[in-house]
Order: sequence, then structure tokens, then C-alpha cells
Amino acid sequence: MGVAIEVSDLNAWYGANHTLQSISLRIPANHATALIGPSGCGKSTFVRCLNRMHETNPIGRVTGTVRVGQTDIYAQASPVEIRRRIGMVFQRPNPFPTMSIYDNVASGLRLNGFRNRKILDEVVERSLQQAALWDEVKNDLKKKSGASLSGGQQQRLCIARALAVDPEVMLMDEPASALDPVSTAKIEDLIFQLKSQYTIVIVTHNMQQAARVAENTGFFLNGKLVEFDATHKIFTNPTDKRTEDYITGRFG
Amino acid sequence: MASNVVMPPLRAGASNRLWRVFANHLATLAAVGATIVVMAPLIAIFGYLLYKGASSLNFAFFTQIPKPVGEVGGGMANSIVGSGVLLAIASLMGVPIGIAGGIYIAEFGRNKRLANMVRFTADVLNGVPSIVMGIAIYTLIVVPQKHFSALSGGVALGIMMIPTITRTTEEMLLMVPLNVREAALGLGVPNWRSVLSITLRTASPGVITGCMLAFARVAGETAPLLFTAFGNQFWSTSVNEPIAALPLQIFIYAISPYDEWHRLAWAGALVLIVLIVVSVALVRYVAGRGVLKGAS
Repeated sequence: MGVAIEVSDLNAWYGANHTLQSISLRIPANHATALIGPSGCGKSTFVRCLNRMHETNPIGRVTGTVRVGQTDIYAQASPVEIRRRIGMVFQRPNPFPTMSIYDNVASGLRLNGFRNRKILDEVVERSLQQAALWDEVKNDLKKKSGASLSGGQQQRLCIARALAVDPEVMLMDEPASALDPVSTAKIEDLIFQLKSQYTIVIVTHNMQQAARVAENTGFFLNGKLVEFDATHKIFTNPTDKRTEDYITGRFG
Repeated sequence: MASNVVMPPLRAGASNRLWRVFANHLATLAAVGATIVVMAPLIAIFGYLLYKGASSLNFAFFTQIPKPVGEVGGGMANSIVGSGVLLAIASLMGVPIGIAGGIYIAEFGRNKRLANMVRFTADVLNGVPSIVMGIAIYTLIVVPQKHFSALSGGVALGIMMIPTITRTTEEMLLMVPLNVREAALGLGVPNWRSVLSITLRTASPGVITGCMLAFARVAGETAPLLFTAFGNQFWSTSVNEPIAALPLQIFIYAISPYDEWHRLAWAGALVLIVLIVVSVALVRYVAGRGVLKGAS
């Protein structure tokens, strides 16, 4: 089951660049939450702070608190534990190129020392089915490399890989921006199905996508969270003038 | 718009087409020519070795040890085995240390002084003449032990393997894209595990090439063995005694005044080059089976 995320007074830097400025919001459990905003507004940095990926950058720095369920992730857990609980799908599909499809999906469990073959088989099948990829790859699981799939299939493989470790939250950083419309539709369908079990945070440049998949939407601008509200409210009756300008295409 | 930038007009008409066809053929010809120039020395050497050495190859060459001067026949069995022992010692030492050094520079020591020192040391070590390496190991191992040994020869070759392997490992690891590393970290894999199981594995074809390059290079080295492994006209596989090696035996035979020994030197050179090619191909084949098609 998914868990809620509570962010308060989150600040992030790249070197001297203050990328996120005092962000506070509450992301509800078992819903999809979209983050929109122009390039460079900090929305990617924000999701990378939710699973402590931001600090893997040598010049990245974070202050503030993020609670995932009952855990204060910066004070009470190691980055490795947190990333096991909070899965991430990246903008560019990034399957492990030297691994088979099966090994890609099993990698999260195997790299953490899990060896039981029977359970691995089950997890791989279940995850690929959840990611709506099973039927397309079930005959080449161990024969084909993850890198030999098409872009859209690779991205669903990456989603399956993230699901295999049974996270509570799925972070998706523009998961469909490198894909064609058909693959994009498949990913969106997937998000729809997954949110009954997981809490989903999705960064997107595509406002129609946000409107289609997310119950709540946050608008970021220049490192600040301008507005966070129900998606229909953001798109039909935004409170802030800047949000209205952005969604009506007057800038950005 | 920068309207002051004027593109040169395209040449139009039949002469333009002719020129393009001609230029295309010219470029293809140049590329093929360069390929032939690159391959010619290898083919020439191999052909000449076959011509000079193949006739002296027989069963005895692979099963017998050298005969005393004046007696016809004999072989290089002890040298072939000796080279195998020396290269095994060298690889056991050079491959793990070389790869570990490369991993340190590329993954853990970025922008650290120690990493820069390791990189600089490797580059300097790469430039040390092999005879100097032999003398250094002579001083460090042979003199204290008071005898020549396979061990000292293996260590000399092993140290010569390290810089090549370290630098290629570093280069290959740095070529693994950031998004592959992030994928592993995002799954909750500890950094050290991600480096060994994901980054190194993704880079493994290149790392293996580096190891093979280093292996092939030291397999033919003679100078570092002169003061260390020393050579041996008799059977020995002990790491604590002087041991025969193909390059040493070829050297001894080649500078001798006897025609019979010259013949054997040619045969030995042929065997050496074939063994290197075969072992490199074998490792590539075995290592390549683990990597699936379609992987870049």
C-alpha cells in the first residue's frame, strides 16, 4: 500500500544555486500527483529530494524535512533504505544494457542479496504484468537484452524493475517525454492502474498528461511551489495569476 | 536572425554530380588503403614466421626439452609451460590490482589527490623501459632471495600489466552513462554494489579488452625476464626456481651461431604468436557468452 508524503520547508542547492526554496506540501497516499512547470523550475530536483537521489550529486545539498509514512527520511533512515521504499523511473529509459530482460527486472532484489529462484520467477512475472509488458516479452525473457527493446518497452521494463522491489511510492520524472504517443498512452494507463497500490508522483511537461492521470497538481516556478491543489481546480480556476499564465500558454 | 551570414552557393549541374561520385570513391579508396596499411605488417610477420618456422614444428617441439648443442631435434615444451606459469602469476597479480586501481580512480577517488597520483604513477610506469623493470625486480626480489625464480619473473610481468589495465578500466568505467548508475542507486542498491555489479559489468567488454592487451604485451617480453626468471634448459614448474620462457628461449637461440637453433627460434616465435592469438580469442569468446546480443 502506498503512503503519504509530507514535505516541510524543503530547500535544495546545486553548489551556490538555490534550486528549491522552502517547499511545503502534502502528497496524499494512493493517488497520483503531478508536478508541472517550465524547464529548470526545480520539479525534477524536488522528486530527487524525495528519495535522496539529489545528494548523489557531489554539489547537491538539502535542508528541511520529508516524511514518508512515519519516517523522516533525512533523519531516520539511510539513503539506501529510502530508495528501496521509494521507486524511481527516469526521463530516459535506462535498462541495464548487459542484462537480459529477466535480469533487469530481478536486479533490484538480486543486488540486495535475494537468491530464491522460485520467488524471483514469480516477482519477475508479476512485475512485468503490472507494467503491461509481460505478453510482449514472455518468450525472450532470458534471451534478449533489455537494451534490445523499443524505447516504450524499455520504459515499461524500467517501471517493472522499480515495481519488483515492492516500493510504497513511485516517483516518475517525465517518464513519457522520450516516447511516442502510443507508448505514452500505455504509460498513462499504467499509472492509472498502479495508483490503487502505490502513491505516485509524476513530473511532466505535458499539461494534458497531468490532467489525465493526476488527482492533484503542483505548479513550480523558479524554485518555488506557486500553487498546489486538485488538478481540475489548477486547470480550470487557478488561484495564482502565474499559474493561469502558464497553463494558458502565455509563458513557459 | 543573423542575415549577414552567407552560405556558399551549391555547385549545380552534372559536374557537381560527377565530383560527388568521384569524391565518394576517393574517400572509400583512402579508407580501404589505410586498412591494408594497418593489416600489412601483421600479415607479413605472420606469413614470414609460417614460412620460416612451420617446417621445424613437429610433435617433439611440444613434448621435448632443448637438446645440447650439436644434437639435432629437441623442443621447447619447458618454455611453453614456463611461459604459462609466468603469465599465470603475472595475470593473478596484474589483473586484480589493475582493475581495482581503475575502479578507485574512476568511481571512488574523483577529484581526490590520491587518485591523481595513482593515475600519474600508472602513466609513468607505462613508460618505464622493460629492462629497467627487470633490474628493479632483480634488486627487490632476486637479490634478497639469492636466486632467480619464476615468481620474480611473474611479478615483473605483473607490474608491467597494471598500468595498461588501470587506465583502460578507468576509461571504460567513465564511459558508462550516468543514467545507468542512477538506475542502480534508485533501486536502493548500495554504491559499492552498484559499482561492482552494474558499472563494472556494463563496462566489462572494454575492461576485458584492456586485460588482453596487457596480457599480449607482456607475453612477448624478454628483457624483464633476463634478470628474474632467467631461463632454464630443463623441466621446472616450481615458482622458486629459474624457469624457461618462450621469449627467453627464442632470444638465446636466435643469438646463437647454430643453424639448428635458428630454426627452432623461428618455430618458437610462431608458437608464441599463435598462443597469444588463441588465448586472447578464447578469453573473448568465454567472456562474450555472458553478454547478450543487442547490448551496446
